[in-house]
Amino acid sequence: MSQYCTFALDGHVFGVPVSSVQEVLRSQDLTVVPLAPDEIAGLLNLRGQIVTMLELRARLGLPPREPDAPSVNVVVKSPDGSAVSLVVDEIGDVLAPSRDAFEAPPDTVPASIRSLVTRVCKLDTHLMLLLDTERAVTSEGMS
Amino acid sequence: MDGLDEIIGEFLVESHENLDQLDRDLIALERDPSSSTLLASVFRTIHTIKGTSGFLAFSILESVTHVGESLLARLRDGELALTPGLTSLLLEVVDAVRSLLTNIEHTGAEGTETYDGLVARLAAVLDGELPEDPAAPEADEAADETDSDEPAEEPAEESEHDLPAPATLGVVPARTDAADVPDTAAAEEPAEGRRSVADSTIRVDVALLDSLMNLVGELVLTRNQMLQRVATREDVELARTTHRLNLVAGELQESVMKMRLQQIDTLWSKLPRVVRDLSVQLGKSVELDMRGKETELDKTILEAVRDPLTHLVRNSIDHGIEKPDVRTAQGKPAHGTLSMRAFHEGGQVNIEITDDGAGIDPARLRDKAVSKGLMDRETAARLSDHEAVNLIFTPGFSTAEGVTNVSGRGVGMDVVRTNIERIGGAIDLSSEPGSGTTVRIRIPLTLAIIPALVVSAAGHRFAIPQVNLLELVRLDAAQAATAIESVHGSPVYRLRGRLLPLVDLRETLDLPGVERETTYVAVLKADNQQYGLVVDDILDTEEIVVKPLGTHLRQLPLYAGATIMGDGAVALILDATALARRAGMTPEAELGTLAAHGADASEDAASLLLVELGDGRRAAIPVAAVDRLEEIERGRIERAGHHEVVQHRGQILPLVRLDHVLHGDAGHQGLSTLQVVVCRQGEQQAGVVVNAILDIVEATLDARTPLDSTGGDGSAVVSGHVTELVDIAQVFAGLPSGDRLAWSA
Repeated sequence: MSQYCTFALDGHVFGVPVSSVQEVLRSQDLTVVPLAPDEIAGLLNLRGQIVTMLELRARLGLPPREPDAPSVNVVVKSPDGSAVSLVVDEIGDVLAPSRDAFEAPPDTVPASIRSLVTRVCKLDTHLMLLLDTERAVTSEGMS
Repeated sequence: MDGLDEIIGEFLVESHENLDQLDRDLIALERDPSSSTLLASVFRTIHTIKGTSGFLAFSILESVTHVGESLLARLRDGELALTPGLTSLLLEVVDAVRSLLTNIEHTGAEGTETYDGLVARLAAVLDGELPEDPAAPEADEAADETDSDEPAEEPAEESEHDLPAPATLGVVPARTDAADVPDTAAAEEPAEGRRSVADSTIRVDVALLDSLMNLVGELVLTRNQMLQRVATREDVELARTTHRLNLVAGELQESVMKMRLQQIDTLWSKLPRVVRDLSVQLGKSVELDMRGKETELDKTILEAVRDPLTHLVRNSIDHGIEKPDVRTAQGKPAHGTLSMRAFHEGGQVNIEITDDGAGIDPARLRDKAVSKGLMDRETAARLSDHEAVNLIFTPGFSTAEGVTNVSGRGVGMDVVRTNIERIGGAIDLSSEPGSGTTVRIRIPLTLAIIPALVVSAAGHRFAIPQVNLLELVRLDAAQAATAIESVHGSPVYRLRGRLLPLVDLRETLDLPGVERETTYVAVLKADNQQYGLVVDDILDTEEIVVKPLGTHLRQLPLYAGATIMGDGAVALILDATALARRAGMTPEAELGTLAAHGADASEDAASLLLVELGDGRRAAIPVAAVDRLEEIERGRIERAGHHEVVQHRGQILPLVRLDHVLHGDAGHQGLSTLQVVVCRQGEQQAGVVVNAILDIVEATLDARTPLDSTGGDGSAVVSGHVTELVDIAQVFAGLPSGDRLAWSA
């Protein structure tokens, strides 16, 4: 049974496989990159390694976070081996739903999200959208 | 002899490594006799040693490896099957080779032991096998035969491999026994306490070196931060510890950097062949003279200059050095000389490639630039000879009459420059028509840690590589108000008479603007063009560790990478060339900032320098006639005859008051400095004194009147003001002719 790290984003619950998560960071000093696309929140120094922070809301076409609203960094491994940090609203629990709880995403999921959400997991109280981390962190299709 | 010693040294190091591999392979092979990859690897290793020993005339080594190789060939071809007996025979070969190598290392010769017994036994195996059909039992028998020859260790070995234990276990002691054979021991005895060649060097993965370099970089940054902190405290013990940290970090950085250094000879050693082949092909005679082969530079940089260097050498031979008959006709020796020189200077590596060939004619390059539409004739004429020959680095510039298959001088020169600049280097060409060309390349020693200037804009910190930096200028509000002017709507700063285009970092990066008390300008050089980068503050110079940006940011050319500052924050490294491009500076702008505008102007639109006269009138001077702008102190004005003159750049520059020419009131009597527009007509120069320089505009002179016939060319409406058009011929009319001026100078 796979385990998923969950986080909240604009009222949705997203999940990524625990195995792809390197670490979770609370507030960080970030360096803004002028002229960079909206999806790029900035750069952070992770023990000597420079990590690109992706604004997951912008990546998914969700409305931007309220100014001063708290955020959390979920650092995941990108396909090329470097680390990329996904900026999310709030970190959730680690869940291990059974395999048959998953379904293909329903048509009602907005198109902007559908491209990055591979599966939907039916939990007791809400749905968990399974994020395709590889696709989420690659620069393909970014504005 | 040194060369040979070096070859033998390399041979020894390589062979020792190979032998260790051979031990492992043979033992693995015994466990898995069917593995053809292992057999091939063993065969290759022995074959390599055999080949090199034959080349170096080590005949005993050659004979031992030869029979070993034959046996392996038999195994490889499936004519023999590997048995433990054969394996120990092969291991004996390995030991014999090892002991021979030890002798060679210590005495320079193979020694007296000839290994005839071993060779004979191997030969017997080979001979005994040939007529027989069933390979496997024969091999065992052969091994048994040979065992009886050596009573001391072989029986032990024999009994070992009769045991059911894994074969590898049985073989290892046999090998150790073999190593104790008296001749081996005797050879090793005197070597006690001495490090063998194989032990004194180690091969390291370049990626590991890179990561080490990175870590050292971090350490250096941390040290920098420590040093800053400690300076403000009064803790003696801490200061002492930090001092030691400082020394250790410095030495460590140096050592790690040295590990990555390679002699330029690794690159140069290929050039004599290139030169020879090319000169034969082209029917030329060229002598190659190389100096500074031992100059060391970083491995990555070495890789980066490989292609540019080869290209330059080919160019020199193809286009620089003439054919022997042409050379003798010109009184030069029939054979040309291509000299290459490498040396360290100021933390950088200099490489010079000089040929004593035909050189490059600047006039031809000027013509070429005009015919290619890169600039107009006046701009081209204004270039110095040195600037003109460096046009060769402009993209799409070829002066070769016919591009040969060897190289077209110019075809790849822009690529050469791009490659050199990509690693933070610079390239410059100087040429004396008729006597030769010199290309100078300056490249940094290493890329990983570079000195940089840290600046700030809108609260962001940025690093600018020091190689791009020429100087820093600080202007207070009052100075900025007068010294920063507008040309064609773009701000420019007059830096010692030259117009320096300004690029505002805030504007370029789309950051919020600000009213500045003080203007800081970093004068940068990129792609041979200069510009001033306006920043909020200039912070410090620091050694920074360059880190690449993630894939998401690669499409932003403005940043050359990122670095971690002393306080742990990330700062972006600016790419000076990309900044200039983004700010709208084209490479052509380097060819004369002012004249570039003139070149753009179409027939009916004129490019005009707007000036103000004493009584508030405006006048316009055709930009094409303007050489440069100067500020001259009133005190420097002298008189020669009826003319006001000023000594300038070793010449006497006559001054013309534009007010006088246009019959106006001189309004600048009280000023201590004069604004001078240096104009040119033919060979003659004159300084036109005006009250203020306003702007450069492109104007269509439609609304035009011949109203003032006093000294101008009529009037027109320019930028909403009636402006008098200055007739340059009229300005020069009052001056003595060029000849007499030259004489008076």
